[in-house]
Amino acid sequence: MTHTAHTAETAPSAPTPAGGAAAWKTTPVRRPPGRRLPFSAWHLVLAPLALGFALPLLWLLLSSVMTDAEINRFPPALWPEGIDLGGYRYVLGNAMFPRWFANSLVVSGVAVLSNLLLGSLGGYAFARMRFAGSRLLLGLMLATMVIPFQLTMIPTFLVMKRLGLIDTLGALIVPALVTPFAVFLFRQFFLALPREMEEAAWIDGCSRLRVLFSIVLPLARPALATVAVLTFLSTWNDLTWPLIAINHDTQYTLQLGLTTFQGQHHTRWSAVMAGNVITVLPVLVAFLLAQKTFIQSLTSSGLKG
Amino acid sequence: MAIVPRPVTLEPRAAERRRARTRRARRETATAWTFTAPATVIILGLGIIPVIWSLLLSFRADDLVTPGRWVGLDNYRALAEDPNFHTAVSNTLVYAGLYVPLSLAGGLALALALNRRIRLIGLYRTLVFIPFVVSATAQGVLFSFILDPQFGAANSLLHKLGISPQGFLSDPDQALYLLVLISLWSGVGFCVVVFLAALQDVPPELVESARLDGAGRWRVLRHITLPTLTPVGIFLLLWQFIQALQVFDLVYVTTKGGPLGSTTVIVYFVWEQAFRTFTAGYGAAAAYVLALALFVAGAALRLTRRRQSARTEAAPEAAPAVLKEGAAR
Repeated sequence: MTHTAHTAETAPSAPTPAGGAAAWKTTPVRRPPGRRLPFSAWHLVLAPLALGFALPLLWLLLSSVMTDAEINRFPPALWPEGIDLGGYRYVLGNAMFPRWFANSLVVSGVAVLSNLLLGSLGGYAFARMRFAGSRLLLGLMLATMVIPFQLTMIPTFLVMKRLGLIDTLGALIVPALVTPFAVFLFRQFFLALPREMEEAAWIDGCSRLRVLFSIVLPLARPALATVAVLTFLSTWNDLTWPLIAINHDTQYTLQLGLTTFQGQHHTRWSAVMAGNVITVLPVLVAFLLAQKTFIQSLTSSGLKG
Repeated sequence: MAIVPRPVTLEPRAAERRRARTRRARRETATAWTFTAPATVIILGLGIIPVIWSLLLSFRADDLVTPGRWVGLDNYRALAEDPNFHTAVSNTLVYAGLYVPLSLAGGLALALALNRRIRLIGLYRTLVFIPFVVSATAQGVLFSFILDPQFGAANSLLHKLGISPQGFLSDPDQALYLLVLISLWSGVGFCVVVFLAALQDVPPELVESARLDGAGRWRVLRHITLPTLTPVGIFLLLWQFIQALQVFDLVYVTTKGGPLGSTTVIVYFVWEQAFRTFTAGYGAAAAYVLALALFVAGAALRLTRRRQSARTEAAPEAAPAVLKEGAAR
């Protein structure tokens, strides 16, 4: 279920700035202003439902601060008696865990930055320049979006092996450097921008690169945010490819580390859960900070239009 | 005051201009290629080439280490007879057959329920959606803890209700269905978001006039809301199906295909063949079978999208007709 980068099956349409976020914040049901309902019966349905969805995550948080004694007795405690940070201390004191965190951060960080850079460069060329072979090249790139990752994973492993990157972070970074999705999204976004300002700057002797960086990209914030959010989500959460490309535990990402961590520390569930909280936290924080962009990028990345 | 010299002929200038234009075009081509080169190398190098390589691999017996040998269609023939592959296919189909309709129905019901302006609605929507951003790995670890037969909260809860403890993921009769439930917990949020966005497109004038004509809530839903959602519903159906065929991470973290192969799905089978038992050619053949299924789904998606965009263009005229028909009854 880790999405987008490798598995995007359809050509995404141009971003629709209104669509998703609007749906998140408002409803089409029009009520006369001023008429406010003090309490809606819908709360009785919605509150338990929403709580049901939150419950496993709440349990994750609770068990991460339980003592192992609380977890190991039967039936286990459902609510911790106090906040015990032993699990966190154990995880952060572990030689490997902070390293896995750093690895994940490096891989995702490089992937986000390079998707923004290489994606916008490519997208800009396809949107604004005429060159021989551009249509064929774009067509081929779009065609790769419908290729499932499972089909390419074995040869990609062989390619990385020939490059000598297997078992290094390079093997994780190189395939994630740029996705056809990023190129295409930027192209669509740039096509929708008015050309006049760029042309004026270009005629005044600005280089293409400078036009892109000082005029186009500052206008392309929504596209940049969309690519950044989706790239971060897919690289941070990926397990399949690290599982194939990495053998040595110093090169593990958090997701990969977590799977082995689980086996090794079966008796220390509080530590496993603390590790899990730390793994989930960055995505959760990113989501809560950029909720609007998040929703928007999901609904616009292949759904509307 | 200065006398501007007039050109005697136009010929050399035109030629010069033409030359300048070709020079500029050539420079533009060069710039464009520099701009697209990194993306081209990575996307095509790791996109197109592996597809062909994978096809060649599927005709070979290859362990990824020693040089393999050509075996023609043997891998595919063996797949057709391999009971483990059959199990993987049927497990995947059971998983998809449950996950897809349930996530769509659940997503639709939740979206309709969440599509109202009341207090705390933003919080409710956020809570329903948040599991979607949690990685399959984290979900797997969390649920193998919750569903742990010994230490799990689930059995603890069942104990309080007086129900005997369950094996959950270690029970071959339950494991696959539990994986569907876990996927639903995280996957429904995506359907909700998409349906909520689509509910924006329900024309309010239409709803209002239907209400004035005496249509009840149910009629409005049946004749106005649901028809508007149909195109998005078809899209989600295929999207979720494609996702379901590719499930892997959750299986790897929770059950590793077990117990007794009850949760071995196709991608898990491919991974196991290629990177566990080192029969990469065989794994590549299985991957090609999966890819074929995905291409069929993708083609269907494309087709319905084309048809659907043709239909939405006709919608403004079609919608009132539906309304009239509904009111006349």
